[in-house]
Amino acid sequence: MLATTSSSHASHQGANMTANAADTRTMVEARGIVKVLGEAPNQVKVLKGVDLDLKAGELTLLMGPSGSGKTTLLSILGCILSPTDGDLSIAGHPTAGMSKEDLADLRRRHVGFVFQGYNLVPTLTAVENVMLALDLRDIRGPEAYDLAEEALHQVGLGHRIDAAPSKMSGGEKQRVAIARSLAGAPSVILADEPTAALDAQNGEAVMELLAQVAQDTNRAVLAVTHDHRTLKYADRIVRIDDGRIAGSERPKIDGTSPQPGSDAH
Amino acid sequence: MELALKAAAAAPAKSSRSRRKAKSAMPMVVKLAYRNLFHDRLSFFVTIVGIVFSVVLVAIQTGIYLGSERKISAIIDAAPADLWVVPLGTKSYDDPSLLTGRERHMILSTPGVANAEDMVVSFARWRKPKGGTTAILLVGTGAESSYPLPWNIVEGSRDALEAPGTVAIDQSYFPDLGITALGDRAEINGIAVDIAATTKRIRSFTTLPYVFASIEQARMLTGANEIQATYERVTLADDADLESVRAEITERLPDTEVLTQDEFKKRSQAYWLFQTGAGAALIAGAMLGLIVGIVIVAQTLYASTKDHINEFATLRALGAGAGYIVKVILMQAVLSGLIGYLLGIGLAFGVIHAAQDTKLNVIMTPGLAAGLCAVTVGMCVVAAISAIIKVVRIDPAVVFSR
Repeated sequence: MLATTSSSHASHQGANMTANAADTRTMVEARGIVKVLGEAPNQVKVLKGVDLDLKAGELTLLMGPSGSGKTTLLSILGCILSPTDGDLSIAGHPTAGMSKEDLADLRRRHVGFVFQGYNLVPTLTAVENVMLALDLRDIRGPEAYDLAEEALHQVGLGHRIDAAPSKMSGGEKQRVAIARSLAGAPSVILADEPTAALDAQNGEAVMELLAQVAQDTNRAVLAVTHDHRTLKYADRIVRIDDGRIAGSERPKIDGTSPQPGSDAH
Repeated sequence: MELALKAAAAAPAKSSRSRRKAKSAMPMVVKLAYRNLFHDRLSFFVTIVGIVFSVVLVAIQTGIYLGSERKISAIIDAAPADLWVVPLGTKSYDDPSLLTGRERHMILSTPGVANAEDMVVSFARWRKPKGGTTAILLVGTGAESSYPLPWNIVEGSRDALEAPGTVAIDQSYFPDLGITALGDRAEINGIAVDIAATTKRIRSFTTLPYVFASIEQARMLTGANEIQATYERVTLADDADLESVRAEITERLPDTEVLTQDEFKKRSQAYWLFQTGAGAALIAGAMLGLIVGIVIVAQTLYASTKDHINEFATLRALGAGAGYIVKVILMQAVLSGLIGYLLGIGLAFGVIHAAQDTKLNVIMTPGLAAGLCAVTVGMCVVAAISAIIKVVRIDPAVVFSR
C-alpha cells in the first residue's frame, strides 16, 4: 500500500535526497512557454516565457499568487492548452504541431491528472472510475478490474472499491482520483490544488500519497498549491509570479528558503 | 477446523469479487451510457415517453398504410392471375366498367393462354330489409374458378351462392347493410337476394361494402349480358412467355389493357393511396411521429449531455478522443431507442390486436417491426447530433476552472 504515516514519510526523505542527487530523467521539458489569452485588443499575456523541467522521482510544488499563471501553466504542461510560443516535450515527445487528437493521445499515454474537485464520474463506483481511465488506454475486462483494484489498494481504498463517489469523504474521493491518475502508469502526474477541498488530516494523507507516487523513478509529479502545509512533502518548490518563474528551491536537500530568480530547470 | 472456517469466510468474499469481476466484462462505454441515462430518471422517463409515442404513432400509421394497401388489393390477391385484361383506362380494381363480352374467346384463342375466367365487378344499389338504400360493390366469379370468391366464409358456403338469388356479405357490414343474420333478405337493384353465406374480415378500402355472388347472379343483378365481364383473369400455359402473350392480347383487344398481377395491384393501390391523398396523409402522420420523436429525444439527450458536461470534459482531459465521447452519446441514444422501441412496439401490438375486428385494418409484419426498430434507433442517433456537437466542442481546460 502506498499510504503511509508521517514517520514513514520522514524516513523516505533521506532516500529521496540520494535519488535527487542522481541525474534523474526529465519527464517534462518546457522552454520559453508563452501563453496569450483573449482576442486583441483585450489580450492578456498570462505566461511570459516559462522554462521548467520536471524530473522523474520528484514531487514538485508550483506555488504563486492568484492570477500568476499556475493553472494556465498546468494546462499547458498537461497538453490541454497549447502554448502561444515556446517548446514543450512530454516523456521525450515534442508537442509542437500536434493536433487536438494527438495531444489527447499524448495525455492518455503519459499524463495523469488529479483535480481540485476530484472530477470523478458520479454514476460510477470507485473501481469503475479507475477502470474508466484504463478503458481509455484500451485495457478492459477482468485485466482492467484487477489493475483498478490494485490501484485502489495502493491508495488504501481496497475496502471501498464498490463505493459510489456520493458515499465517500473528500479524502477518499481524492485518493480514488489519485488511483485513477496512476492507472495508466503515466510519466507525469499533474495535480491541481489537490488539498484545497480537504480538511487538514485528509490533506496530509493525500500529500503523503502524492509524495510516495513521486518516488517512482519513472514518474514526475507536479502539484499546484496554495497550501503551505504541503511544503514539507516537496522535493522541489517552484514559485511563479506574473507569468514568470520567480524562484526554485529544493528544501529537502538544502533546507533553505527559495532564491528569487533562481533557475527552474 | 480453523482452516475450514477461514475458507468458509473467504468463499463469499471470493464469490462477490468474482461477481464484480464478471460485471467488469461490460464495455465501459455501455456502462457509462446507461448509468448516465438512468442517473436522471425523470429525464429518462421523458425520453422514453417521447420514443414510445413516436414508435406507436409510426407503427400505427404505417400499419394502417400497409393495411390499406392490403385492403385495396384484397380481391386481386385472393384471385391471382398471370394477366388481368381490364377495360382501357381502368384506374383501380373498384373502378369497374364492362368489357364487350367477346374478349374471353379471343383471349382463349391466343397462343400461350391456358385459361381465362370472367369476373364481374359493378356498383349496385342495396335496399335494406327494413328500408333505406346504400351503394355496394357487387363481385361475381364462376364456381369453376380456380379461386372462387369469397374466401374466409364463416357461415353458409360458396356452393350456396350457386342457387339463384343468393349473395354473401361480410359480417362487419351487417349494420351498414341492415342485415342481422344469415338468411335475411334484401334487394340489389330492385331484385330480391338472400344472404346465403357470410365472411369475416373482408372489407373494402372505400366505404362501399363488397357483396359476392355467382357470376351468373352478378350479371343478372347488374344488367350485363350473359357473356359480359368486367375483368378477364388469364392463366398462362407452363411454357408461355408472359410478355409475348401480353403483346398478342393487347394487339387483339385494342380497347383493353393487359396488366400483370403486380401491375394491377400497384395501380389500384397508387390510385387510392396517392391520387386521393389518403396514403400521403398516412405517410405524413408517420413522418410527424418521427419528427416528434427526434425533437423529444434530441432535447432530452442534449439536456443530459449538458448535465454531464463536466464528466465529458474530465474524460477529454484524461485523454479520451472525441470518438470515445461520441460513442458514449451514441450508446445513450441507441439504448434509449431500443428501450423505447421495445415498449412502443409492445403497445403498438396491443393497439393492433384491439383493432383486429374493427373497421380499422392495421397490419404489423416482421419486416415492418424490424424496419421500425432500425428507424427508431436511427431516429435516436439523428437526435444525438446536437449533443454530439456539444461534446466534441468541450474545452477540457474547463476541468481546472471548476
